[in-house]
Amino acid sequence: MHEFWLKFAGHRFGLAGLVFIVALIVLAVIYPFIVPYDPAAISNDIMMGPSARHWLGTDDLGRDVFAGMCQGIQVSLTVGFAAALASSVLGILIGSVAGFAGGRTDLGLMRFSEMFQVMPSFILAAVIVAIAGPGLARVVAVIAILAWPQVARVIRGEVLRIRQLEFVDAVRCLGYREGAILFHEVIPNALPPVLAVGTLIVGQAILLEASLSFLGLSSADLISWGRMLNNGQRFLFDAWWLSFFPGAAIFLTVLAFNLVGDAVGAVLNPKGEQK
Amino acid sequence: MTRFILSRLFWAVPIIILILAVNFLLVHLAPGDPVQALVGDFPAPQSYIDQVRHEFGLDQSIWVQLWRYFENLASGNLGYSFANRQPVLDLLLVRTGATLILMIPALTAASVLGVFLALLAAPRSGSVFDSGITALSLFGYSVPIFWLGQLFIILFSIHLGWLPAQGMISLRSAGTGWGYARDLIWHMVLPVFSITIFFIAIVARVARASVVGVLSEDFITTALAKGMSRRTVLWRHVLPNAMIPVVTVIGYNFGYSLTGAILVETVFAWPGLGNLFITSVGNRDYPVLQGILLFSAIMVVIANLATDFIYVILDPRVRRSYGAQNA
Repeated sequence: MHEFWLKFAGHRFGLAGLVFIVALIVLAVIYPFIVPYDPAAISNDIMMGPSARHWLGTDDLGRDVFAGMCQGIQVSLTVGFAAALASSVLGILIGSVAGFAGGRTDLGLMRFSEMFQVMPSFILAAVIVAIAGPGLARVVAVIAILAWPQVARVIRGEVLRIRQLEFVDAVRCLGYREGAILFHEVIPNALPPVLAVGTLIVGQAILLEASLSFLGLSSADLISWGRMLNNGQRFLFDAWWLSFFPGAAIFLTVLAFNLVGDAVGAVLNPKGEQK
Repeated sequence: MTRFILSRLFWAVPIIILILAVNFLLVHLAPGDPVQALVGDFPAPQSYIDQVRHEFGLDQSIWVQLWRYFENLASGNLGYSFANRQPVLDLLLVRTGATLILMIPALTAASVLGVFLALLAAPRSGSVFDSGITALSLFGYSVPIFWLGQLFIILFSIHLGWLPAQGMISLRSAGTGWGYARDLIWHMVLPVFSITIFFIAIVARVARASVVGVLSEDFITTALAKGMSRRTVLWRHVLPNAMIPVVTVIGYNFGYSLTGAILVETVFAWPGLGNLFITSVGNRDYPVLQGILLFSAIMVVIANLATDFIYVILDPRVRRSYGAQNA
């Protein structure tokens, strides 16, 4: 673990991404003490540009944009982490069973996962949310259902490699059942690469949630970055700050997760070096 | 070869069926009553509500409705849009033209530029230029495409006043012929540019990796050893070989670019499928939503099939390995 951190610290951009994410989490917790406005509070300061009083301006109802963005961190990060976790669990289960069982099971499960990869996932997600109604849990579930094949593919590859190693045969000679071998011996060893994919999925999930909210497919009483952009679209000609800042927040956050994910991938699987 | 084509066609069937099943179940398990959208908010007499319900077959059991759905699909009938009072297929076909007019130039530009940038960057691995490509693709993967569109409008339309912000043609359009075409192209610039940036990220990343891979092959060393100029090697040997994965990624990401088009259309008020989608969400116009999902799935499946075939034509190794596996 210590070695992992040392190597990770060597990736400047990955480190910068991690620092940014940690800063976001801190901000989401402490913002009520910094910003003197309630994100949902309506005021008479309508459509004011960025100023000393309202750092990032106010919207058509006089709500403070910066306070709203701080509130939005919660939505984005919750959706991102929850979706990544759920799709990882699903992907690990399906991918490891496919890789461990081999043969027809493997072929069937991988074909099944291919079907999900070919589907126009965003449109499917949008239709599901449009029809089933908004709600964070639903959005997380939809993203997880669409993203698990990425995890499944990675873990399947690892399981295929690990199941041929000698220690697996050794455990088998001790008389353990196949299921126990898979869950206690093989999967724990196959997990590290999932960390890299999982981090990238956090970014994808944040982007997808923001896109859905931008289309108006999110609960209207929940302040999120995508929702703010949806509102900003109506005032594009009069109030650039309503669109610029929330969009920049989405961009930087997704970028940060992509940088961390790439760095984790590079640390865990350096070119030419045998693990 | 025939065997390959048949197996791919066969593979497309379950995907379409899956989409159909999801489509149908989802719409009918959903809360909200489409009759409500038809009748409107004002209190209507129950007899009128029942009549509307009956007219659209909404009083039948779910299985009857499912059967009807399949029956209709088989005859090319995607249903009837409640809100637009128009067959869904007609609606979709009209709107698809507007979406494709954005997507095709954007995909073409992104493919050409992406490959070109990769050819420039890959031989200079580690240079500033090469890092620039990596940065560009990270940008493309991370930026919300609709936000990029909004920024373009703020910068190029509102502040600089160079380009029209929204719509497909001006209200005071020159009308016909060249005037119309020029107006249309003028309106296309910003949305096409937004989609291009989004897609170039994917193409450039894969193309760069692919060019780097081909450059390390023995036949490149041989060509250089024969005294061929770097430029000739690049264009005659590297490019054709590096194109194979690039074609794949372009084809397989067709659905991805369709998504981009839908989001971009919303920003630029472009009257394509995306726009139709948003209006239909507001109207709870289920048949249109079903239609768009089915339509996009079919488009993606066709794009994938086309990619598979091009792949086989471009790379004889695929053809042979496939023959060996299944002989």
